[in-house]
Amino acid sequence: MWSARSKAIGDYVKRCVCSNGRFMAGLVDHRSNPFGSSLASGVAETSRHALPFPCNMAAPFLVRRFESTLAGKQLELLHAGDADDDQALDFPGGKVTYTPEMKFIWENYVKRVPCYRVLDENGDQIMGSNFKEMSKEVALKMYNDMVTLQFMDTIFYEAQRQGRISFYMTTIGEEAINIASAAALNDDDLVLPQYREPGVLLWRGFTLQDFANQCFGNKDDGGKGRQMPVHYGSKKHNYLTVSSPIATQLPQAAGIAYSLKMDKQDACVVAFIGDGGTSEGDFHAGLNFAAVMEAPVIFICRNNGWAISTHISEQFRSDGIVVKGQAYGIRSIRVDGSDALAVYTAIHTAREMAVSEQRPVLVETLAYRIGHHSTSDDSTKYRPLDEIEYWKMARNPVNRFRGWIEKKGWWSEKEESELRISIKKQVLQAIQVAERTEKPPIAELFSDVYDQPPDNLREQETELRETINKYPQDYPSGFPF
Amino acid sequence: MTVREALNSALDEEMSADPKVFLMGEEVGEYQGAYKISKGLLDKYGPERVLDTPITEAGFTGIGVGAAYYGLRPIVEFMTFNFAMQAIDHIINSAAKSNYMSAGQMNVPIVFRGPNGAAAGVGAQHSHCYAAWYGSCPGLKVLTPYSSEDARGLLKAAIRDPDPVIFLENELLYGESFPVSAEALDSSFCLPIGKAKIEREGRDVTITAFSKMVGHSLKAAEILEKEGISAEVINLRSIRPLDRATINASVQKTNRLVTVEEGFPQHGVGAEICATIVEDSFGYLDAPVERIAGADVPMPYAANLERMAVPQVEDIVRAAKRVCHRSVPLAAAA
Repeated sequence: MWSARSKAIGDYVKRCVCSNGRFMAGLVDHRSNPFGSSLASGVAETSRHALPFPCNMAAPFLVRRFESTLAGKQLELLHAGDADDDQALDFPGGKVTYTPEMKFIWENYVKRVPCYRVLDENGDQIMGSNFKEMSKEVALKMYNDMVTLQFMDTIFYEAQRQGRISFYMTTIGEEAINIASAAALNDDDLVLPQYREPGVLLWRGFTLQDFANQCFGNKDDGGKGRQMPVHYGSKKHNYLTVSSPIATQLPQAAGIAYSLKMDKQDACVVAFIGDGGTSEGDFHAGLNFAAVMEAPVIFICRNNGWAISTHISEQFRSDGIVVKGQAYGIRSIRVDGSDALAVYTAIHTAREMAVSEQRPVLVETLAYRIGHHSTSDDSTKYRPLDEIEYWKMARNPVNRFRGWIEKKGWWSEKEESELRISIKKQVLQAIQVAERTEKPPIAELFSDVYDQPPDNLREQETELRETINKYPQDYPSGFPF
Repeated sequence: MTVREALNSALDEEMSADPKVFLMGEEVGEYQGAYKISKGLLDKYGPERVLDTPITEAGFTGIGVGAAYYGLRPIVEFMTFNFAMQAIDHIINSAAKSNYMSAGQMNVPIVFRGPNGAAAGVGAQHSHCYAAWYGSCPGLKVLTPYSSEDARGLLKAAIRDPDPVIFLENELLYGESFPVSAEALDSSFCLPIGKAKIEREGRDVTITAFSKMVGHSLKAAEILEKEGISAEVINLRSIRPLDRATINASVQKTNRLVTVEEGFPQHGVGAEICATIVEDSFGYLDAPVERIAGADVPMPYAANLERMAVPQVEDIVRAAKRVCHRSVPLAAAA
């Protein structure tokens, strides 16, 4: 008799599921293939006040004011499930099966999460790999931008060494992550960078002159000379201004994604973070809440092996960052960050998942940080020179992608040398122009502190102008007033 | 001795004297310190006493406070006090208040140190001065060394102090060299917390300053001297407790005051000094107090804008002259 009753419950529950056409967490096995399978769109309805019996279903128990009358029903269901108590625990959050065997989940994995890649070191497609096809136009733009990024980095770095700009950070080794991820996104997707993703801006149309103007802090800088070099930002390009404190962008990304979701926009949010940044408390808050809020955000973790001089082994003891995704209930993947096609494909798919299923996705890219942390760092002090050289020469993402486009007949030596000459010239010119351009006017010292300048700031500006007029010898010439 | 060497030697000596003292922060070990302040310490004391932490200020500050509760004497280094904001709950709600809340059962002999205030060309999130922030919080002691002697004496005092101490250094001062007396080089050397130093005696106007601004004030005093104004420059050394006695005594002598600080004006250190003068030395003032502070804007990056946002020597000179009601130099008087 008990088993008959429990079967009835089972049928009832199944009917509830089917009638709503939604997948219930805890009832249906949600281990799905991250590629290709199109899951039914729609939001999983989870009651915020999960009642402790098998059905998380909102439908019959939707309205809280009926709770008192449900008491009887609840008891019935609880007792009906007694036969199942031997196998499973009905607990807030879902059903958990019992086991008589005491077994710890070991801290290390027998096998680490594998890394998705499409191209080998020579740019040949690996047998059995699948990837998202792209047009010749897109592929060439990607390659162009990767080379531009390389040149920009090399020459701006030199400019800092020459004392022409005060600071710079390169993206060397991570060009594929920058450009391929940007190429896989839509222009409407909001990007929250950490600081090593100028390639995304480059892809979206930020010019070399724009980059140079920011680094020189001149009057043509869209950022009004407010920020130190490489702290780019552009509302027009949906790229939030770089903020120095690490990982603050992660919970912010979850918040923005939630707003997109409420507004039902066909867009997602993309937040970048480094391997070191995942140690911050904000990493936990950002991922955890993105999962709970079912927010359409892609977290891209650029694992480049180093956080200034702190090696990965001193940063965490987990199998990288990809395994942390599942801990938050977030779909995740590990990708070869030096493989532009793999990055492109993974991000493209992640985006589809994020937007159509309204869920967060975690992508861990692996690509060595070939450059120093910044111009204030000399990484040869803490890592061997031949290790750096190896990744630069043998595992370079730009070379690899060039191999692929050449083999497709889309690129040649001649075009390569023409491109290099042209880009070098453009970068040098951008720097020269930026250097000669005037600095921002004094009014920009006081604007944007608030929406409307308050009285005290207006007073300060007046006083300052009066002081400058009265004591011009105390103020350097050549600065615009 | 440079300020960097002074700090390094103070850390070295205190770690040597007391095995409970240990250092932790980002890049302090293998990298020898983001600003090389902890150079050589990892080699000398090993990874148990010089800990490289992952990037989580909230995390390692919390760990440090916990270690202090247990009885160790941690020195927590922030790469800059701007990043300490991510740990401010631990600093204020745990470190500062625990001794009081536990009725003396949980004390926190911890030192939080790192660069504070403006550097050069690093923008809003790397240039904030936190002297007034921490200075307003009971339970904390707040120190602002200027010279190498200050750095040595005050850091050693901070490490030995049973209360939580905020030790605000300045990146631009690390490389500056100052003469150091033989007494200051001794390993038992210690400066008292809560005592300001009169760097230069004068008769006509008192200039109070701390950290980098002390250097600016001394330069201003030299310019003023040539114009017949004798300025007394006070190096505050300690923001909390503030040496009100020394400041008041000085103003009672000179009758005029200019306060100088790099940080934002509202609720700044100068505001507090002004209040204390009004309370204790009102009758002695011959002119209203002048406050020199940074511009009331987040620090911009562009070189010209940054220069306008931070006090310059000329600003101090002009303020001193205003306070002395003179725009032309007087012949030297008795």
